[in-house]
Amino acid sequence: MSEDATRPWAQDERDEAPKGEVIARPPGEIRMEARELDMYYGDFQALQKVDIAIPGQQITALIGPSGCGKSSFLRSLNRMNDTIEGTRIEGLVQLDGEDIYAKGVDVVELRKRVGMVFQTPNPFPMSIYDNIAYGPRLHGVTDRERLDETVERSLRQAALWDEVKDKLRQSAVGISGGQQQRLCIARVLAVEPEVLLMDEPCSSLDPTATFRIEELMLELMDEYTIVIVTHNMYQASRVSQYTGFFMLGELLEYGPTTRIFENPLDSRTDDYVRGRFG
Amino acid sequence: MGMRHRISPRVLEKVAFGGLWVAAGVVVVPVFGVIAYMLVKGFGALRLDMFAVSTEGLLPAIVGSSALVLLTGLIAAPLGVAAAVYLTEYAHEGRLVRLIRLAIVNLAGVPSVVYGLFGLALFVMLLGFGRCLLAGACTLALLVLPLVISTSEEALRQVPHHLRQASWALGATRWQTIRRIVLPNAFPGIITGLILSIGRAAGETAPILFTAAFYSLTHPFPRSVFDEILVLPYQLFVMATEAPDVTLEEKWATAFVLVALVVGLNIAAIVLRARLRKARRW
Amino acid sequence: MAKRDLKRTRREAAEWLVERGNQIAGIIAIVFVLLIFVFLLDNALPVLKGYPLSELLGGRRWSPTFEPPKFGMLPLILGSLYVTAGALVLSVPLGLACAVFIAEVAPKQAREILKPAVELLAAIPSVVFGFLGMLLIGPWLAGKLSLPVGQFAALGSLILAFMALPTIVSVSEDAIRAVPVALRQSSLALGATRWQTICRVVLPAGRSGIIAAVMLGLGRAIGETMTVLMVTGNAAVIPQGFMGFLRPVRTMTATIAAEMGETAFRGEHYHALFAVGLILLIITFITNTIADVVVRRAGRLK
Repeated sequence: MSEDATRPWAQDERDEAPKGEVIARPPGEIRMEARELDMYYGDFQALQKVDIAIPGQQITALIGPSGCGKSSFLRSLNRMNDTIEGTRIEGLVQLDGEDIYAKGVDVVELRKRVGMVFQTPNPFPMSIYDNIAYGPRLHGVTDRERLDETVERSLRQAALWDEVKDKLRQSAVGISGGQQQRLCIARVLAVEPEVLLMDEPCSSLDPTATFRIEELMLELMDEYTIVIVTHNMYQASRVSQYTGFFMLGELLEYGPTTRIFENPLDSRTDDYVRGRFG
Repeated sequence: MGMRHRISPRVLEKVAFGGLWVAAGVVVVPVFGVIAYMLVKGFGALRLDMFAVSTEGLLPAIVGSSALVLLTGLIAAPLGVAAAVYLTEYAHEGRLVRLIRLAIVNLAGVPSVVYGLFGLALFVMLLGFGRCLLAGACTLALLVLPLVISTSEEALRQVPHHLRQASWALGATRWQTIRRIVLPNAFPGIITGLILSIGRAAGETAPILFTAAFYSLTHPFPRSVFDEILVLPYQLFVMATEAPDVTLEEKWATAFVLVALVVGLNIAAIVLRARLRKARRW
Repeated sequence: MAKRDLKRTRREAAEWLVERGNQIAGIIAIVFVLLIFVFLLDNALPVLKGYPLSELLGGRRWSPTFEPPKFGMLPLILGSLYVTAGALVLSVPLGLACAVFIAEVAPKQAREILKPAVELLAAIPSVVFGFLGMLLIGPWLAGKLSLPVGQFAALGSLILAFMALPTIVSVSEDAIRAVPVALRQSSLALGATRWQTICRVVLPAGRSGIIAAVMLGLGRAIGETMTVLMVTGNAAVIPQGFMGFLRPVRTMTATIAAEMGETAFRGEHYHALFAVGLILLIITFITNTIADVVVRRAGRLK
């Protein structure tokens, strides 16, 4: 009774488990949650009835083939989709129990609390110091000492301080790609968010740089809730505690990472993690 | 295949391409030739006493032209840049945007003498400025507005979108992002466009014929924006067509200064643009 | 909590203000286009109402200072037409040839000489063109053609051709470059020479852009003032036949420029000149709109 159109090569005919188990609900504190989330780019529906609960102080990975909607979903968590013309949301997205799409919600505040790191490092063409200080300055901090403290703290948190402490005034564009990405992470940390969204943060980096960022994520996990979109299944299995599998705009399965990779309930998840497609 | 009365395509091509080279030559030779002749003749005609302070002649015209184009730039820049910011950073594709773009295209196509008529009717007569620096600058500002808007738009679009996204994701508002990230990075390109615009304004005569230009003044330099001015293009025009007691040398000298000013501004803009492309920081 | 809301309200109010301010700057463009038309119409109205349109547009005598004054614009309109047509006859083939040369044939060094030459042409003020025409080219040409006076229509056409050249070259060049490489390659693969490809594939494909270039060049030529004022002779006579090119004429633009300085404010002559300006505005509006529509339609077909 499965949809064979999606996997004509399949040999086993495992039925999909009832939805209640396929989409797990993590125990403990839930920081962000989506319920029956639909998202449209104009007429095209990018997300269908997504239900997901993001646990606090953990790393949640979102995997799936290209174009399956995981980045669109990520962007709906900090309302970055609002900046694209023609997008529309139906359903509920909550941060600590409050609907972030409700009327009167301050998007600026939201984006302070839910920060984002992008696929390609995008430091501003200014000094390293000014990059980190950009966020705090936006929100009104002008005191020199406070800014210095914040810059140092954020760079230490991003494991970049020792490498750049002597060249804070140099342009941020001059450092290596891996360092730039850690800079972007530090930049986000400087506004003291609660949730960190990372959209394929390592996809343009070499293996060493990738490894350092993965280490960084595990360190940051204690203080922040992290959601990471990744193409790299090994990365997902290395760093995350919970993993969600997206396909064609639907969240097909969501549960503890070990289950997703070792014995997933949905056959399509199984096909993907075994590399049969994607 | 029998050889019919037909020119081989290869021969035709050679002839045609030869014709294209000739066309290119027809353009290049007169342009560079005449410009070179003019620069040599004009430079040779320059004498120091032409730059004396007086109520007629070269120096007040240079001062007047400079004042005119600077004021034009001061008026056109905020308007044009703001309009460009609106079109690139705020506007959604819709009826208003299309109307604005249509208006800009039409403004660009209005003949310069019609701008002169409009300036006469609005600034000189209706608003009562009279024929003065301000009326001329307002008229010219309108003339160069399409150029300022299009060059500013291009400069704004050159700023990579991912920088805006990074800024928004940190909680910046649209205006904060424009003010802190987009404008500073588009600034050099915008300035280049402004230099091109005032270069254009420096050479225009028809718009200021009825709104600003005089041939001789009551005092050497304008003391306020409502004062009369001399400008180089009008000087040249009167010298060439009417004034009997002007020597040929004075005419060439004036032409030289005008061309040097306009071409100088254009070259400055081009050099600035090339330097910027190299110094691109992203 | 209340303090936070105040900060937010202030911030959002500032955002709204800034957006409105920039929007108004954009709307100003629309406002001024309309204002130009309105002001011209308003100032031309007394004459438009006082004389039948046929007499204005079709009248053969332009003698504004006579008693009673004659405001027949036909000599002016035909003057503009002659000079502009002559300019286009020279400028379109030359401009197109240069555009094809730059886009398809020229080696890099040739391009780096031709393109600056064209840009230089665009930068030179029209007074300077007029000056050179009056002092250099006019007398020389008149001598060669045994003409009594160094100011005549064809001289205006010649110089205008060079002035309109940059517009025609740049817009045509864009149109030619926009033709997909794949089209050229298919033609060459079928055994056509480059020239055949240009003539039979590239130019037809870029047809709309080239038409737009011609329209814009036309608009530019017809709107040109100072040059024609200085080199076409300023005789408001109706040009006749081919020889009309070798005689002095008066364009609409030159008329406005020459006569406005000596007219009484708000007199009939004043209004008549605004009427000429209005006709000019309408003509250039039409040519610009055609250019715009042609380009837009081509864009949609793609």
